[in-house]
Amino acid sequence: MRAKVQVFLKPGVLDVQGKAVEQALHGLGWPSVADVRVGKTIEFNLAAADPAAAEVEVKAMCEKLLANTVIESYRVELA
Amino acid sequence: MKAAVIVFPGSNCDRDCKVAIERSTGATVEMVWHGETDLPDGLDLIVLPGGFSYGDYLRCGAMAALSPVMSEVKVAAARGVAIVGICNGFQILCEAHLLPGALLRNDQLKYVCKPVELDIVNAQTRFTAGYGPQRQAVMTVGNGEGNFFADEATLNRLEGEGQVVFRYRDNPNGSARAIAGIVNTAGNVLGLMPHPDRAFEAELGSTDGATLFRSALASA
Repeated sequence: MRAKVQVFLKPGVLDVQGKAVEQALHGLGWPSVADVRVGKTIEFNLAAADPAAAEVEVKAMCEKLLANTVIESYRVELA
Repeated sequence: MKAAVIVFPGSNCDRDCKVAIERSTGATVEMVWHGETDLPDGLDLIVLPGGFSYGDYLRCGAMAALSPVMSEVKVAAARGVAIVGICNGFQILCEAHLLPGALLRNDQLKYVCKPVELDIVNAQTRFTAGYGPQRQAVMTVGNGEGNFFADEATLNRLEGEGQVVFRYRDNPNGSARAIAGIVNTAGNVLGLMPHPDRAFEAELGSTDGATLFRSALASA
């Protein structure tokens, strides 16, 4: 099973990278771009037969290491 | 008097801390590798130094917070041993949940490296008692992710409980309420972004860091 974890700064937490990218896109001629958020994706293989159990495991990994829930939120996809 | 400096892979202020503590307090300082599962006996002070532990991979301090030695640091913190996290050490203390909040990327996206003036907001802590009537200090900062963040409720609690110890007079990185350093509720764990280890001799421009180390050990 392949796990894909996406981590973003929570809404309301200033994303200065997102802001810089947004300004750069405006400068390149896309003035309609708004609310850019820069996050990261972490992918890995997981030996698990049951998707529900795998999701519980991956969420535990997010809480313990992959995301800092003081400032970040995460999304888990399993395929 | 005995202190330990924890050395993580990527720490680069570990030796500065050792020299700063030795010269400003006369204490014996042991260097402890992050993989250790025991701390030396009889420690009065543990310092988590600045640097780029684990190359800042994933998030600053995230991997270091899970190092084997950190379990022992947590035990020592619960026992009331004085613990100071400087710069990357502050990030590690937040990631290890020994202090609330987190350090975000600086608001102007730049690494800042310069002397900063600080208000000593709480001069009653074991780390600041030695400043006496002095209410301002100068130390240098050197960080790219020193922008302190916590939710409003946490910030209000920190302010209300006297846990804000140092505040920037001219906020260099967008830190919430210009917070430069905080203590835990028990008052024995301090995290700060400015470097006391770079302010312990007049030749360095300030001796205000030496006062911090002396206070921490005087209270042991």
